[in-house]
Amino acid sequence: MTTAKIKRPFAPRLRAFWASDLAWSFRHSPVAFASFIFVCLLTFCAIFAPLIAPHDPFNPATLNLMNGFTAPGTPNAFTGESFVLGTDDQGRDVFSTILYGMRISLFVGFAAVMLGMVLGITAGLVAGYRGGWTETIIMRIADVQLTFPAILVAMLIFGITKSFTPVEYRDQMAIWVLILAIGLSDWVQFARVVRGATLVEKNKEYVQAAQLVGRSGLAIMVRHILPNVLSPVLVIATISLALAIIAEATLSFLGVGAPPTQPSLGTLIRIGQGFLFSGEWWILFFPACTLLALALSVNLLGDWLRDALNPRLR
Amino acid sequence: MLSYIIRRIFQSILVLLVVGLVAFSMFRFVGDPIENMMGQERTQADIVRLRAQLGLDQPFPVQYWKFLKGAAQGNFGVSYRQGRPVGQIIAERAPATLELAAVSGFFAIIAGIGLGIFTAIRQKGWASHFIMTASLIGVSLPTFLIGILLIYLFSVELDLLPSFGRGDVVKIGFWSTGFLTASGLKALILPSITLGLYQMTLIMRLVRAEMQEVLRQDYINFARARGLSERVVNFRHALKNTLVPVITVIGLQLGSIIAFAIITETVFQWPGVGLLFINAIQFVDIPVMAAYLMLISVMFVGINLLVDLLYAAIDPRLRSESAT
Repeated sequence: MTTAKIKRPFAPRLRAFWASDLAWSFRHSPVAFASFIFVCLLTFCAIFAPLIAPHDPFNPATLNLMNGFTAPGTPNAFTGESFVLGTDDQGRDVFSTILYGMRISLFVGFAAVMLGMVLGITAGLVAGYRGGWTETIIMRIADVQLTFPAILVAMLIFGITKSFTPVEYRDQMAIWVLILAIGLSDWVQFARVVRGATLVEKNKEYVQAAQLVGRSGLAIMVRHILPNVLSPVLVIATISLALAIIAEATLSFLGVGAPPTQPSLGTLIRIGQGFLFSGEWWILFFPACTLLALALSVNLLGDWLRDALNPRLR
Repeated sequence: MLSYIIRRIFQSILVLLVVGLVAFSMFRFVGDPIENMMGQERTQADIVRLRAQLGLDQPFPVQYWKFLKGAAQGNFGVSYRQGRPVGQIIAERAPATLELAAVSGFFAIIAGIGLGIFTAIRQKGWASHFIMTASLIGVSLPTFLIGILLIYLFSVELDLLPSFGRGDVVKIGFWSTGFLTASGLKALILPSITLGLYQMTLIMRLVRAEMQEVLRQDYINFARARGLSERVVNFRHALKNTLVPVITVIGLQLGSIIAFAIITETVFQWPGVGLLFINAIQFVDIPVMAAYLMLISVMFVGINLLVDLLYAAIDPRLRSESAT
C-alpha cells in the first residue's frame, strides 16, 4: 500500500509531461529525436565501456605488441586476430580505446558544465537579486572574462592550476584540473542569463508576496526565483556541453589536458596524428569521427531545445 | 564623456594589475626560487645573501611593484627550460605569430566579405546553399580537426604543401619573415586557412545577414526604380551600409585570431608564441607562462578599451548613458 501511495503522483506527472508543448515538439522533430537517441546511446556505451569493450586497452597484460597497426576488419599478419576498427601502435583495439576515451570526454564535459552552471547560477541569482555593489563586482568580472575567448581562459587556468599542483600529483589531478579550467571558463554565460531573468522575476508579485511573508533572501532566490529562470539555463547547459566536449578535446589534443595514461578522444586524436603520414589512418579517423558525431548531436539537441523553449517562436 | 573615458581606463588598469598579481604569485609561490637557482651545496649564509640580492626578503607589495616595473620593461626573468631571458625568446617568436595572424586575418576578411555578398545577392542558387551548408559544418568542426584534414588532403594525399614549420625565412634586422621565399609562402597557406576559417564563416554570415537586411530597405528599391544597374545598387548603395557593423566585429575578432593561433601553431608546429606557450604549460615553465599571460592580457584589454572608446566617439547614446 505504501509503495502505491508514493508511486501514484508520478504517473500523472509523466503523462502531463508527455502532453506538454515541449514533449510534443520533441516527438515531432525527427532531428531532435535522433540526436537524443544517439547521445543516449553514446553515453550508455561510455558508462558501460568496461562491459562493452572487447579488450581492456589499459591492461598491459592483455596487449600483444604483435597486434600493432592492424588495419580495420582485416586479420593481423602475425597473430591472425582481427579488430573491427583496427589497432594502434601498441596493439590496442581502437574501438575499445574510443569507448574508454569517450568516458573521459563525457565525464569531463558533464562535470565542467555542472561546475560552470552552479557557479553561474549562484553568481547570477545573487547579482540580480541583491543588486548594488555585489552586482557591479560580479558583472564586471564577467564582462572582463567575456572579452577573452573561453578556450584561452581554460588554457590559462589549466596552466596556472597545474603550476600550483605538486609535481607528483600532476598526472593524477589532470582530469580534475581540466574540469576546473573548463568549468571556470564558461560560468559567465549562465551568470548573465540568470541575472537578466532574475531582474525581471524579482519585481513580480509572487516574489513581493514571499518578501512580505518574511522569507529569507536565500529562500526566495532558491525556492521562488530559481525554478522560474531554469528554462534558458537548460538551453545554455546543452550548448555548453557541446562546447565543453570540444574544449576538452582541444586541450587534450594540444597536450595540456588528459594525460596519456587516461586518454580522452582528444588525446587519441593527438596520438593518431603521428601516424597520419605512415598510412595508418584509422588510428586518427575513428576517434575524430566519434568526437564530431558527439559534438554535432549535442549541438543539434541544443538548437532544438532553444527553439522549443523560445516563446517568441511558438 | 571624459568621466566615461577615465573610468574605462581606470578599469583596464585594475584588470591588468589583477592579472599581474596572478602572474607574480605564480613566480613567488610555485616552488622556492632559491631552490630553483642554487645547487645542493649551499650554506645558510649563501641563501640569505641570494635572498637579499634578489630582493626576496622585502615585503610583498614592494616585490610586486618591482615585478610590475620589470614586466613593463619587458623583463620577465629567465626561462626555466631554455635558460634564456623570456623577453628575448618572445621577441624571436613574435614575427611568426604576427605574420600568420595577419595572413589569416586578411584571408578571413576578403573571403568572408566576398562570400557574404555573393550569398546575399544570389540567395536562391545552389552555390549559396552549398556555401551556407559548408559554413555550418565549418563552424562545428573544431579548429584542430580542420588543420589535420587539410594536412591529410594537401600534404599526405596530394603532396602539394608542407605540413609543418615556416619554410625558409629571411632575417631583416630583428624580424624574420617568411614572405620573401617560395617555401615560406607555401608554408603559410595551410595554417592561415585553418586559423582564418572560423573567422571567415563568422564574417560571411554577418555580412550576409546585414546585406539581406539592407537590401530590403526603401532606398534600395528607390535606387532600382531610378534605373541604376544591379551592380551599382549592390556595391555602391547596399555594401557601404553593411560594412559598419562588420568592421567592429572584425576589430573584436583580432584578439581571438592571436588566441586561436595557439591551436593552429601546435597542429602545424609553427614556431610562434602560441606553441611556446603550450610547451611552457606542458613543462611548467613559469616565467614563460607568466609573460604570455601578461602579454595577451595587455593585448586584449587594449583592444577592448580601444573599441569601447571608438564606440563612445561614434555613438552619442553611449555618452549620455554614461553621464547618468
